[in-house]
Amino acid sequence: MHADPKGVLTGVHFLDGDHACCEGTLAAGARFSAGYPITPSTEVVERFASRIPTVGGIFIQMEDELAASIAIQGAVWGGAKAFTVTSGPGFSLMMEHLGYAAMTETPCVFVNVQRGGPSTGLPTLPAQADMMQARWGSHGDYGIIALCPNSPQECFDLTVTAFNLAEEFRVPVMMMLDECVGHMTEKVVIPEAERIQVTPRRYTKRQPADFRLYEPLADQVPDMVRAGEGYRFHVTGLTHDDRGYPSMNVETQDRHVRRLQDKLKPLANGRALSETENLEDAEVVVVSYGITSRVAQRALQLARQQGIRAGKFRLISAWPFPEARIAELAGRVKAFVVPELNLGQMVHEVARAAAGKAKVMPVTHAGGGVHPPETILNAIVEAVR
Amino acid sequence: MRQLLTEIRIAGFGGQGVILAAAVIGKAAALFEGGYATMTQSFGPEARGGSSSAQVILSSEPILYPYVAHPDVLVVMSQEAATRFAPELKPGGILITERELVRVDNYPPGVRVYGVPATRLAEELGRKVVLNIVMTGFFGAITGLLEAESLRRAVADSVPPAMQKLNLQAFEKGYEYGSNLMLQMGANGNGNGDPVLALESA
Amino acid sequence: MNETTLEVPYEIPVDAHNPVEPFLRMDRMPHIWCPGCGIGTTVNCFTRALLDSKADLDKVAIVSGIGCTGRVAGYASLDSFHTTHGRAIPFATGLKLANPELQVVVYSGDGDLFAIGGNHFIHAARRNMDLKVICVNNLTYAMTGGQTAPTTPSHVISATSPYGVFEPAFNLVALAEAAGASYVARWTTYHVKQLARSMEEVLKKKGFCFIEVLSPCPTLYQRRNKMGDGLDTMKFYKQASKVRHGAPTSECALTKSGEIVVGKFVDRDRPGYFELLNAQMTETLGERYAEPEVVCGNC
Ligand SMILES: Cc1ncc(C[n+]2csc(CCOP(=O)(O)OP(=O)(O)O)c2C)c(N)n1
Ligand code: SF4
Ligand SMILES: [Mg+2]
Repeated sequence: MHADPKGVLTGVHFLDGDHACCEGTLAAGARFSAGYPITPSTEVVERFASRIPTVGGIFIQMEDELAASIAIQGAVWGGAKAFTVTSGPGFSLMMEHLGYAAMTETPCVFVNVQRGGPSTGLPTLPAQADMMQARWGSHGDYGIIALCPNSPQECFDLTVTAFNLAEEFRVPVMMMLDECVGHMTEKVVIPEAERIQVTPRRYTKRQPADFRLYEPLADQVPDMVRAGEGYRFHVTGLTHDDRGYPSMNVETQDRHVRRLQDKLKPLANGRALSETENLEDAEVVVVSYGITSRVAQRALQLARQQGIRAGKFRLISAWPFPEARIAELAGRVKAFVVPELNLGQMVHEVARAAAGKAKVMPVTHAGGGVHPPETILNAIVEAVR
Repeated sequence: MRQLLTEIRIAGFGGQGVILAAAVIGKAAALFEGGYATMTQSFGPEARGGSSSAQVILSSEPILYPYVAHPDVLVVMSQEAATRFAPELKPGGILITERELVRVDNYPPGVRVYGVPATRLAEELGRKVVLNIVMTGFFGAITGLLEAESLRRAVADSVPPAMQKLNLQAFEKGYEYGSNLMLQMGANGNGNGDPVLALESA
Repeated sequence: MNETTLEVPYEIPVDAHNPVEPFLRMDRMPHIWCPGCGIGTTVNCFTRALLDSKADLDKVAIVSGIGCTGRVAGYASLDSFHTTHGRAIPFATGLKLANPELQVVVYSGDGDLFAIGGNHFIHAARRNMDLKVICVNNLTYAMTGGQTAPTTPSHVISATSPYGVFEPAFNLVALAEAAGASYVARWTTYHVKQLARSMEEVLKKKGFCFIEVLSPCPTLYQRRNKMGDGLDTMKFYKQASKVRHGAPTSECALTKSGEIVVGKFVDRDRPGYFELLNAQMTETLGERYAEPEVVCGNC
């Protein structure tokens, strides 16, 4: 299905990542957003607040991030496509509701424009230090999807993708921007509505009498309904059976929680989103994401100029982690270099997937800026020595 | 787009329209000349207390590293900005000032300095607020980095319809002032009157 | 919990059905509540109110937080949501805004609504969000074992106040009024008729409505404070309650064993969220304003 033209600002624009992300939500069909102001993410909802009254929808500024992150889920069960937006401290507050969305399989999008932490940290400067929090921040076992744009154009494109994946897999999807990408202004092309693919909600075709809210289909994802249609369904954050009723025993827990992870397997393998270059002959591969992937690209150019066979693996979907791809590469390269704006997060995943078959070198940065390309270059040189 | 990679910083007081001037330049390159432009701006504590600064990188190829440390071109509209940023210019770079607000003496060797009384020219149009667009016009004429027509389209595209006429007039004022200055300098200087290209950074 | 043996004065036919059955998920019975607990009584009143209000049950949604009371959503045969602790109101806010034709009822405990969720309560009241909030106030955190709540009166013994509560308690009805609620009432589980009528009234009233129901938790609160069982609490409610409709809410604070002022205290009309939104946007944007159409039409 294609996008509803009402929300699509077709044309060529000069936008920052936050604003482009907002246009992505509108193009994807989001008509509800709840947020709480926090730098450097607020521009996303500021633009939404200004655009939505002429498109037809709701923006509500809630009293805190706990409220914002659950209000969107109420809206989703009412029939909306909905999202919330935050950064560091607010993302921490949203963790309980990230878990609720995962447990209740509520399709929704959390936009996190990462800034330096911990705590209040560096409100106006970039970091990529919430990557593990995005994956593991709520208690219990579950799966999520996280996408990492590296330009305003991708902030638009991947936001549409985020909503589509949320609907397909019925999971919360995280848009993991960083302050640099969020506040960087570049050309953004927004296509005509007919050229934007939008995934509709998987509403059941069954009648209320023979519908079970959490009965998984072949792809391990159950179909959905919305309130007010006569299904009289029950949604709970407690462990529940196929009917959605609390069922707190070992068997149900095992079946339910495993499915929450397993349903995302296609994205960990064949359908992982990535951007690769020069992997054929590579002896060292730079694994990066978000703004760091652009800086790394510069380092890769410099390395190639020096005759080093360096390849690029950019994570676009960082979660689920594309384990199989990295494992395969580990069998034939000398080393992975992993620059991130944190003291080492995704590098642990690379090391896990590489399983000792290749050297794994973190290039850390505590946040507040980006790496100088030379720092990454030095690591590449070091890696092939 | 004529330049390979040019880094520009624009700085001044908050309220002078620094960001808009940078956006106009970025748009002209990225939207109307088929090139690439990446704009970043300073946020946070250093953007408070009345100062404002934006960086634009123009290139005929995709831009990877988004920040600017040593710009090829610096446009300053306040003394504070001049004092702070002029020493960071690339040697041989271009320094463009609001002539009546800024006095500069500390900048790297080989830097060429061009001044325009942008506030006064804007006041002649009855609206001091368009000084940023006067500066943009002047920038266009002095650097020759972008076609005047692309800059005009970018100006028109960046302001509300009701403000378009005024802003385009402001642009012409600055552009004309810059063109005349270049002619004079050409007559007194190297004699060919060509715009100055900031190509050193390529 | 003390056993209370009630003598049944008549024979119940084997195929008897309770008239409230259509409103409950009978496949989930028996419920988890203790004998003598007041929560079930309030649910009875609620089903009665739904019946009497002739509401279209397909259009009524119920949202609960976490707690003994939080389990109510799971037993109601409605579109029902058992959310997280304290967050029933913001969930309900999103649900209502997305789908305004739904009648959205929030049914939760005193701890859920006024401790962890207190901020959401006052903000929803301030917005006059069209939600019907029913608070079962058992003066304690029951689900977790009877700890002190912001409603627990002074001198009461609780699991976390073994030597007696000394912090002042909230007066919920005064709080609701001050925050902007359109309707505020208090009953006890002794006042089943009045409670059902109040519930019916709020189902027909627009705006943020609040009903506090004082309810026994014999297992934890009454037992620990030597206040007897469920039946003793009914006797206490009967004897201590005084109906004073329109009483100033500031005079309705509760104490451990003092008077319980019950009745309808506030019934006023304030413009609701959508009215205010539409008015402001129409004033600012005129023809360009598109009224919210949040439910994804073609998907
Ligand atoms: C975030 C969080 N904190 C704490 C709890 C534990 N908890 C469950 S119910 C409850 C209190 C419930 O009290 P109340 O709302 O009065 O409901 P009651 O059980 O008395 O009906 C608490 C603290 C929780 N579930 N979630
Ligand atoms: S613990 Fe108290 S509130 Fe909970 S079910 Fe038992 S009596 Fe009711
Ligand atoms: Mg309680």
